[in-house]
Amino acid sequence: MEKIAALSAEEIAEIEAEASHYEQKQAASIEALKVVQKHRGWVSDESIKAVAELLEMSPAELDGVATFYNLIFRRPVGRNVIMLCDSVSCWIMGCDNIAAQLKGGLGIDFGQTTEDGEYTLLPVACQGACDRAPVMLVNGELETHLNEEKVRKILGSTE
Amino acid sequence: MVSIEIDNRIYQVPEGGNLLQACLSLGLDLPYFCWHPAMGSVGACRQCAVIQYHDRHDEVEGDQRDEQGRLVMSCMTPVSEGMRISIDAKNAQDFRSDVIELLMTNHPHDCPVCEEGGECHLQDMTEMSGYTQRKYRGKKRTHRNQYLGPFINHEMNRCIACYRCVRYYQDYAGGHDLEVMAAHNHVYFGRHEDGVLENEFSGNLVEVCPTGVFTDRTLSQHYARKWDLQTAPSICVHCAQGCNTSPGERYGTLRRVVNRYNSKVNGYFLCDRGRFGYGFVNRQDRVTHAQCLSETDADSVRETLSRGETREALLNAIGSEKRLLGVGSPRASLEANFALREMVGAENFYSGLSRKQQGLQQSIIDILRTRPVRVPDLAEVERADAVLILGEDVMNTSPRLALSLRQTAHIAGEKIADELRIPHWQDAAVREALQSGKTPIYIASIARTRIDDIAAQTYQDHPQAIAQLGFAIANAIDSNAPFPDQLTDVQQQLAQDIAGVLTSAKNPLVISGTGCQSLAVIEAAANVATALSGRADSANATRLFYCLAESNSMGLGLLTSEGQDDDSLERVIERLESDQTDTLVVLENDLFRRIGADQVERILNSGKQLVMLDQLKNELALRADLLLPVATFAEAEGTLVNSSGRAQRSFAVYQPKDDVRGSWEWISDMITLRQGDEQSRWEHLDEVTQSCADAVAALAPIVDAAPAADYRIQGMKIGRQPHRYSGRTAMLADQNVSEPKQPVDEDSALAFTMEGFPGEKPAALTPFYWSPGWNSNQSVHKFQQEINGPLKGGDPGVRLIEPDESAELAVAQWFDATEDQQEGQGDWLLLPAYHIFGSEELSAQSEPIAERASVPYVTLRADSANSLGVQTGDGLQLWIGEQAVSLEVQVSDDCPGGALLVAAGLPKTAHLPFLSRINALKDSSWTRRPEASVFLSDKKVES
Amino acid sequence: METPLTKNIGTDKTPPDLKQYRANGGYRAAHKALLEMESGDILQLLQDADLRGRGGAGFPTGMKWSFVPMYKDREELQRRPKYLVINADEMEPGTFKDRLLMEGDPHQLIEGIIISAYTLQAETAYIFIRGEYTRCAELLTKAIAECREHGLLGRNIMHSRFNLDIYVHTSAGRYICGEETALLNSLEGKRANPRAKPPFPQVSGLWGRPTVVNNVETICNVPHIVNNGADWYKGLSLTGDAGTKVFGVSGRVKNPGAWELPLGTPVREIIDKYAGGMQDGYKLRGFLPGGGSTNFLTEQHLDLHMDYTSIGKAGSRLGTGTMIIMDDKTCPVGMVLNLEHFFAQESCGWCTPCRDGLPWVEHILSEFEKGRGEMEDMEILNRHTHLLGPGNTFCALAPGAMGPLESALRYFREDFEAHIHAKACPWSR
Ligand SMILES: Cc1cc2nc3c(=O)[nH]c(=O)nc-3n(C[C@H](O)[C@H](O)[C@H](O)COP(=O)(O)O)c2cc1C
Ligand code: SF4
Ligand code: FES
Repeated sequence: MEKIAALSAEEIAEIEAEASHYEQKQAASIEALKVVQKHRGWVSDESIKAVAELLEMSPAELDGVATFYNLIFRRPVGRNVIMLCDSVSCWIMGCDNIAAQLKGGLGIDFGQTTEDGEYTLLPVACQGACDRAPVMLVNGELETHLNEEKVRKILGSTE
Repeated sequence: MVSIEIDNRIYQVPEGGNLLQACLSLGLDLPYFCWHPAMGSVGACRQCAVIQYHDRHDEVEGDQRDEQGRLVMSCMTPVSEGMRISIDAKNAQDFRSDVIELLMTNHPHDCPVCEEGGECHLQDMTEMSGYTQRKYRGKKRTHRNQYLGPFINHEMNRCIACYRCVRYYQDYAGGHDLEVMAAHNHVYFGRHEDGVLENEFSGNLVEVCPTGVFTDRTLSQHYARKWDLQTAPSICVHCAQGCNTSPGERYGTLRRVVNRYNSKVNGYFLCDRGRFGYGFVNRQDRVTHAQCLSETDADSVRETLSRGETREALLNAIGSEKRLLGVGSPRASLEANFALREMVGAENFYSGLSRKQQGLQQSIIDILRTRPVRVPDLAEVERADAVLILGEDVMNTSPRLALSLRQTAHIAGEKIADELRIPHWQDAAVREALQSGKTPIYIASIARTRIDDIAAQTYQDHPQAIAQLGFAIANAIDSNAPFPDQLTDVQQQLAQDIAGVLTSAKNPLVISGTGCQSLAVIEAAANVATALSGRADSANATRLFYCLAESNSMGLGLLTSEGQDDDSLERVIERLESDQTDTLVVLENDLFRRIGADQVERILNSGKQLVMLDQLKNELALRADLLLPVATFAEAEGTLVNSSGRAQRSFAVYQPKDDVRGSWEWISDMITLRQGDEQSRWEHLDEVTQSCADAVAALAPIVDAAPAADYRIQGMKIGRQPHRYSGRTAMLADQNVSEPKQPVDEDSALAFTMEGFPGEKPAALTPFYWSPGWNSNQSVHKFQQEINGPLKGGDPGVRLIEPDESAELAVAQWFDATEDQQEGQGDWLLLPAYHIFGSEELSAQSEPIAERASVPYVTLRADSANSLGVQTGDGLQLWIGEQAVSLEVQVSDDCPGGALLVAAGLPKTAHLPFLSRINALKDSSWTRRPEASVFLSDKKVES
Repeated sequence: METPLTKNIGTDKTPPDLKQYRANGGYRAAHKALLEMESGDILQLLQDADLRGRGGAGFPTGMKWSFVPMYKDREELQRRPKYLVINADEMEPGTFKDRLLMEGDPHQLIEGIIISAYTLQAETAYIFIRGEYTRCAELLTKAIAECREHGLLGRNIMHSRFNLDIYVHTSAGRYICGEETALLNSLEGKRANPRAKPPFPQVSGLWGRPTVVNNVETICNVPHIVNNGADWYKGLSLTGDAGTKVFGVSGRVKNPGAWELPLGTPVREIIDKYAGGMQDGYKLRGFLPGGGSTNFLTEQHLDLHMDYTSIGKAGSRLGTGTMIIMDDKTCPVGMVLNLEHFFAQESCGWCTPCRDGLPWVEHILSEFEKGRGEMEDMEILNRHTHLLGPGNTFCALAPGAMGPLESALRYFREDFEAHIHAKACPWSR
């Protein structure tokens, strides 16, 4: 039980609410990881152990799930997470240029976090907004019809 | 049977299986990875592809015929009447070769330094598929390896992602700490973090993994290739299950133990104690020469004797005029025990157990021989449809049985799969369908057990209460069975529930054993089984299995059951102290583990000579007047009888070194010396076996456990070494440059050479599995009658106890619902907690097992701890009579009230009189270990 | 032209709430179904209407449902619950139709679920939404709450004695979650590896229970069929495949977007009339008719009708009906590389050809783009299109991934070879 202490009461309540929707507790594993990530930005080893205990799974079983899905972060990320769509329609519409601009502007490559812990830049698959390509997610919000100017503005506004 | 056409030939194959299994059963070569005979099909690796045509060759004319066909995965395709397939079709061959090529894109080219090399399924399948030329120009992905504990190495770069490891570890063995991580071609098979693999059957990963990802860490420490190992058919000596093994030797040291298939006993798998417990054989401090106590000095100073001196000393101790008593051993072979009995006379032969132990063992044997029950083989255990485990912590006393019970749980659920028409071999689908079902397995035990997760219900209490529960169940099934007094409502309800489930089962199984050290529990289990056999609709005798303690407990029990009334060590003491004995001969038995030190001292101080035969310098051996060096299982042959009453022959892997000889050989010599008569001498093991069979009716069939030493095939013996065995001419060149003559084995049909009959051999004499093109253990299917079936010519071993279903027996004889006599006057009831690692004497002397072994601890409840003024990590003195042992305290509610639960079988605790009442006192001079409190982890039940 | 699915979806994108939805005739179909129709009637109706799945495979919905065991009483249901699962994973590259339907008119999907679950005797439904579609999840959660409040969900819906709970499950990424059996594993909180079929989910699905998985758009059709009948539905299309379809166009067109049109609308009409034709300075060289896993078609196919049959005959698939246009300034090798990178990343890692074959394909294509392609690579690529073909892999991901590659090798072979000869990508800027 002491491990569960690594979770806040709020997190536990949210996870248990999700778990009640299923025949079996462990079905809530992905949602539970997302709850933790919502509150903490990422999922640490301690969180894995705590959530596993809550859902009556082993840490290994939960980590097998956590590492399968690409929207679960098992390493710390910056305060702002930028996920640029690199799938086909956005690629046709020039997402490579946007990528270059972001990398240059932030001084980091995909998969990296700026030194000040402000930004993490990640590539992401098709966002289902191909008619508004190129697009990216900034802290979960969809930004469409990207061009150089728009990207500059967005970066400016998150600071 | 259905008829199918494979590459233009018609075959008859059993209905209901899959095509891969059918092809392999027919002896055809077809590569595969993710399929495993014990684990079924999941269709992941795509290696087993064949072409299926939609018509039958002889049905359709010329160009009407389907020539193209359709690629199917044979492991996922059910056989059906009239189907036509091709293994050889070019498109099938090309596909299989392409799949290998894909697997190889990331596989390192490190076969020369890879420990799997030479017995690698991936090597074999690559050869079989014909892939040779690498075209991939990219970089290979690399992984970090993990530390997985003292048993297993991890080398993830070699992984081909067949998923067998996790399917075995989680689905088959019930482990929770090995998982597949990440996705796409980054999939990683490992633990959440570095650390010891927790599951008790982790060693099987070595054989399950088709490449060199999981390898035997103990083998690494003194590595030799499979083709350089000399092996023999052997029997595991580390518990009473009698798993069949193939130990391998090189340069006079034992290098490893692998599984030897036996469909009745152990199937494809061993427990980690059995696999990694062999190191005691190689110990530097083995007894290698006869020794005697030095005349002048203290107890432990010993003198080594030359052969001549040994003969002198023996004549002195056991000469014809000497009156002898003999003490046998449940870990020595039947032949050794019998030889000793012959030498000292049946009236002077004792079992070597305490009165308590002897009583429990004897009751079990009587029950099994006289009641309308059948002792099941492990394979029958797996097919039970309801199970009651009464008082036994199976995982820790008979580990392999626990692995089978997991399969029982699974197979019992297959009814659901049947309703959904999912074939049983379609593994993932069956597991999906069953996932929510609880299985009709009930476990009553002293504390929680590691298989509680498969149980519908569990119950933890004193042995007394467990026995009552058992009696109540028997009574609920058959009202003629006696009803226990003082039943709680909980017990009453549980008894009703369990009785209901057992009664409606077709193949109910009752498991108990000596683990509780309670006669009442043993008798209660017998009553339940008797009641079940008496059911009007019961077609056959109820399965009743008792876990016994040691590798030959059953054999010794059968041998002594026709002897005298009191076989116990207590009786030995009485005799030594009262009558005219000169010499006591003790066979492979450290009496300090059996009875209190004060009692052993009485033996030692009785003024009699002590001659001891043993392998390791245990406490008693160091005190013997004459100590004779005897062979371990690896150096001698003999017959052992397992808990199922199956007599099995074990053969020497290699010749003993120095003056080490088999116990029976020493005794044969002693008899000759004593009688001064070379004529009557037993020259060969077979003669001892035969004499034993002749003398003891219950053991008459043992001669059939394996072919005799004069057995030949086409005039040839059977080589213990593979035909590629290397270096024979050079390996002893440091001593002699001319190739030495190979040692001759007169005691078996096996030879210490690579020469010998190359073809099919009797299963009992098959030292290792190898078949052309199949260098790995996967070749076992070439030795089976059909996949998962018995070995060709029948599984080795003979059953000694068959149920007597005659009419009189069916009339139930009930045991009274009594209580155990509790000895002692103290405040606390002493209860045993066994440990797979540590509780068994020999394996505990092997390094990796010792590393995992439990520390000597005592568990008690918080209220008990309070009243004794102790906390976790403190020391507690247990007072047994005048003597005290101090143990580390572990406070836990996983222990019955008023009881002290003690790690059993450890050097400090093996002799404790469990189930008696003792006194306890805080040990104020105790120093705490820094890491105290972690040692219970292997008892912890993982959810 | 009738547009039943999108009639409530305005340009301002604020979806109708329960009141508005009802005012537009919403939940009439649910009322009719639950109070006036037997489950068998509805099943028959769907079969008569020839509704085919809109998730990509086009499997007839009525037939899919007919494999679900029907129970005689509630007791059976308690013993062995049944589930309806809505596939709103929409991760096929180039696909953005389900987002439109969920963001535009969430109650339409919920009404469809109520009728479908009633037909299947399922008392629990899950909507499996891809993780990034947070707005869809919010809107649906809100709509579900509204329905609960007004007796449209929960116990004894509309006094019909039918009970239903709907839960929104948001995913955490991975295209493979859209594959229906992988989706079930994911919903169970496991790694999203697909399951073998048979057994089909209708027999042994979520937790081993009878389960039906349908696409969002498929289910959105259900209320309209109940309201208007099978003949009306068949009459909506221009060709043999019934109903309307949300088509979409992305790439260098003037007006990318999605429109509900009759099935069978010609490709040219969709591109020219609705998507506004190619942007100035760009010419169409080819297009993927129904998402990233369909085979390229080219100019010569512009007059085909967008329906399952015609596109299938031309060697591609209608898929999700959302086209991706490849213009003449886009390198075909680069475009295929982009797609294969996606598929290689999204392979679940279960079966060999997909797990290890796709990275090889990706590697070769990236070598082409770097000017390091070799002639023998063409043969290796070609070999993969067979090796990873239907039936050879465990699920349809890898065969889908081979669609664009196989067709590109056919239609744009000279472009591949140009990379080899030029030792560079001719399009590289
Ligand atoms: C790799 C892969 C991804 C898929 N993704 C989706 C998806 O995102 N949404 C969807 O509705 N169907 C998807 N499908 C199809 C589903 O497996 C399934 O056929 C569909 O949900 C059934 O619904 P329908 O019959 O209503 O079309 C995918 C299939 C594959 C092989
Ligand atoms: S084709 Fe195989 S590896 Fe690829 S996604 Fe499907 S099951 Fe997974
Ligand atoms: S053995 Fe792996 S797919 Fe058949």
